[in-house]
Amino acid sequence: MSAATSPLDSVRSWPLRDRLGYFAAWAAGMALIAIAAAILIYMGYRGAQYFNLGLLIESPSSSLNQAKSGGFRDPLIGTATLLVLSTLIAAPLGVTIAVWLTEYGRPAGLARAVESAIEVVAGTPSIVLAMFGLILFQEWFGFLTFDAEGAVLGRSFIAAASMMSLIALPLVVGATREALNSIPGHVREASYALGKTKAATIRRVLLPAARPGIGTGAALGMGRVAGDTAIVVVLLGATLQILNGGDGGVFGFFKGTGGTLTSYVYYNSPAGEGLAPEKAYFAAFVLLGVVILLNFVVARLARRREPAWIR
Amino acid sequence: MDSVMRSEGPRSEPDLVLAPPPPVRRILVEEEPTVVQPPAPGNGYVPLGGHGNGLTTQVRRREPSSAPKIERMRTEGVSIAYGEKLAVDEVTIPVRQGEVLALIGPSGCGKTTLLRSLNRLVEITPTATRGGTITLDGEDIDRMEVTELRRRVSMVFQQPNPFPMSVFDNIAYALREQGSRRPRKEALHEHVADALVRAGLWDEVGSTLDHPALRLSGGQQQRLCIARALAARPEVLLLDEPCSALDPRSTQVIEDLILKLRDEVAVVIVTHNMQQALRVADHVGFMYLGELVEYGPAEQVFGSPREERTREYVGGAFG
Amino acid sequence: MPTEGIAARLPGRRGPGPGASSAAGTGFWSDARVERLLGAVACLVLLLIVGMIGFVFAKAWPSFADNGLAWFASGGDVDLQLEDIFASPANPAEYVYHLRAWPLLWGTFVVTAGAVTIGIVFSLFAAIFIVEFAPSQVNRVLEPVVRLLAAVPSVVYGLIGILVIVPWVGEHLISLERKESVANLVQLDGASISVGILILTVMIVPIMIAIVVDALRAVPRSWTEGAAALGANRWRITWTIAVRTARPAIVAAAVLATARALGEAIMLSMVAGSASFAPNPIDGITFLFEPTRPLASALVENVEGLSVVPFGETLFAFAAVLLVSSMFLSLAGFVAKQSMRKYGVRP
Repeated sequence: MSAATSPLDSVRSWPLRDRLGYFAAWAAGMALIAIAAAILIYMGYRGAQYFNLGLLIESPSSSLNQAKSGGFRDPLIGTATLLVLSTLIAAPLGVTIAVWLTEYGRPAGLARAVESAIEVVAGTPSIVLAMFGLILFQEWFGFLTFDAEGAVLGRSFIAAASMMSLIALPLVVGATREALNSIPGHVREASYALGKTKAATIRRVLLPAARPGIGTGAALGMGRVAGDTAIVVVLLGATLQILNGGDGGVFGFFKGTGGTLTSYVYYNSPAGEGLAPEKAYFAAFVLLGVVILLNFVVARLARRREPAWIR
Repeated sequence: MDSVMRSEGPRSEPDLVLAPPPPVRRILVEEEPTVVQPPAPGNGYVPLGGHGNGLTTQVRRREPSSAPKIERMRTEGVSIAYGEKLAVDEVTIPVRQGEVLALIGPSGCGKTTLLRSLNRLVEITPTATRGGTITLDGEDIDRMEVTELRRRVSMVFQQPNPFPMSVFDNIAYALREQGSRRPRKEALHEHVADALVRAGLWDEVGSTLDHPALRLSGGQQQRLCIARALAARPEVLLLDEPCSALDPRSTQVIEDLILKLRDEVAVVIVTHNMQQALRVADHVGFMYLGELVEYGPAEQVFGSPREERTREYVGGAFG
Repeated sequence: MPTEGIAARLPGRRGPGPGASSAAGTGFWSDARVERLLGAVACLVLLLIVGMIGFVFAKAWPSFADNGLAWFASGGDVDLQLEDIFASPANPAEYVYHLRAWPLLWGTFVVTAGAVTIGIVFSLFAAIFIVEFAPSQVNRVLEPVVRLLAAVPSVVYGLIGILVIVPWVGEHLISLERKESVANLVQLDGASISVGILILTVMIVPIMIAIVVDALRAVPRSWTEGAAALGANRWRITWTIAVRTARPAIVAAAVLATARALGEAIMLSMVAGSASFAPNPIDGITFLFEPTRPLASALVENVEGLSVVPFGETLFAFAAVLLVSSMFLSLAGFVAKQSMRKYGVRP
């Protein structure tokens, strides 16, 4: 219940305008509940209906009868790989930028420019980022991509993860800045008064205190990365199976192509090949599970009490 | 002012023969102890703490109003509890138009809670429960529409809280948000001007009614809140420590305003400043730990209190 | 007293000479150095992003230059035009750029504007419901669910749309006569702007609700209590005080939602139709069932052809339009929030 209301304020006595508003709010609320329930229940139902743990372990097969063969182990690995790689790129970059913006930020014009640039990235459609990445990796960084008989196609895990990190970047920067800004000034002053340099203060005092915020930002970023399809379709090759990028070994793995859960769902739906909606449903169900898990992590991190600063 | 000249002791080797140091002279300003004769009663002065207490603080009283005293509200055996904790304990007190009622007492004694029960603002707190009856012009306020009650019983808070709108919109708020038809701006202008005049603010903001209210000074904002509370012509005006956040000059302006208003509305003011209570109040209720310890005319409660606790509080033994 | 010894005796003065100007710091990582390093990283990212923007515009230029302002006009079938561009001869002098992109632009506008308009109104009332009227047990479930829905990937929405809603619409809402009435122009199979708008609205609503709910809750209690003490009922207080104070947040939510709607490629390509058609409002109700292809969807569906030079440049032209729109959007939101500062409503 909100602050300034009294439970004995009876709606029946209100003027018509207010009663309409009241009912509109209730209608919107009920519709919201209905839609949310419908989505979650329907996906749960379909997921249970097509529940098949074996699919998680088998690799996709390239047989024509998609409905009966192959699982999505490779796309699962693909999703995990992209999550890890893009966070590994985005987190340090994001924290660095956030620290520079809040603790230094000189000259002011440069700081505003960086802020605006981050906002532009936040608002850019991921397909545009994917196109840019494709040209970038095709023409300049081809050595980091998949080699198909010498013809560079500009696709690989590295390429996809690099562009994905741009999607997660604004979220990490935003969350870290918020966390740093909520640390009161006297904490910094106390550290300086003890003779610590600014760099040491940041490293030893501020960043550890901002850890929940950074974690929240990283988890939010991971959520967006897990859910993105456009960059995967464009930059990962969207092959059903993970194909090593020629060199073999770990580096070859990152140079290779593959798919993720999102591209797998896309290609198994009528928009793609469309031959196996059952697998698409179950894959979507698993994908939802991953997202719910990440959301849960965010909620726990956000709820954890940051050190109570005496103001 | 003291100025003491200290002379140095003799050196071991008196090369020079110094003249003997002048005697120490203390320059003091003699302060005559002010002897204040307790003036004869009726002279307008009341010593705080009762005779024989030794206090010499004097407070100038104001003239009592000559308007007829109409009883507007009455609480009968009102008790209020927050969860398990009793905040107000069986209080019976009348509120009359034509006079100012001041509720005094130390922090946490329940005076603000009692005030907020008069316009049913206590109900907002989820754990609050209330017993007893409160009547407005004879009607039980629990049976009224709470919005109508609050139109007739207005409140001004401790911290000035003008809305983030223009001065005009602030004052017109009560007039606009109470009916189904939205009144035209021209029709409202007269009421707004009237409220500002009654609050003594017209001269200062009359020409800039469209300016943001948050740009006014603290004292002006509080007077704006009073004007806003008066706009819908309430019967009772509740003031919750209205001057505690203001400077002395604004405080004086508002106290004069309160005295002017008491003929039109019944005024209840909660204050922890005893001098203020003495300046503005006609009747005073002293509360302690939720109980209404003493209620009576201001001269009596401050000048010759019946209860021991009242005497101690008024004499400054605790606060 | 001699001063030259002091510098040697004061702590922390043994750092690198001319480099360590104002700030303290011994050893390699002096404050000045750290600041420069961090600033360099920030600058690098800035350069990357600026480079990206510049690159997109540079690549898009030939398509705009060749068509002129007519690029934005209508004329002909966009899909056919794209095929021609793709089939350009290899000789740069003979590149085909001819394009009249209006159907794509109009489709983008209809879907985005429709979803954001419905979404904002719906989100506002739903947020009021959550903050003001919903019982607390309902909120305990509803709020986490809303935040969860904000994170659901667009491909899941697209899947439900394409497997459930589109066929249903195609079979039950579109009569045979209607299909035949426009059969010469376009196929009505359920994949349409109405499904696109519907699902897009559902996609953008959760994040808007979250933002508005936070803003409504952040309204100072003194204002809502003051309004209550003046005799306003619950709805009035919420509408005239809380919503008014939350206006900057509502604007921010709308901007965010519009940006998301503009960039939505995958879901819309699954449900909004497979033809680059400009839905015609004059068609009446049929308008709602006509397919379209917003810009972002057109990109995702045609991106394999990026390596064919004129085709790639045309695609970058689409991307440029999207970029400019989203930048303009941020600017408009910023201006709108500034104008609300006047009465003390802090953005």
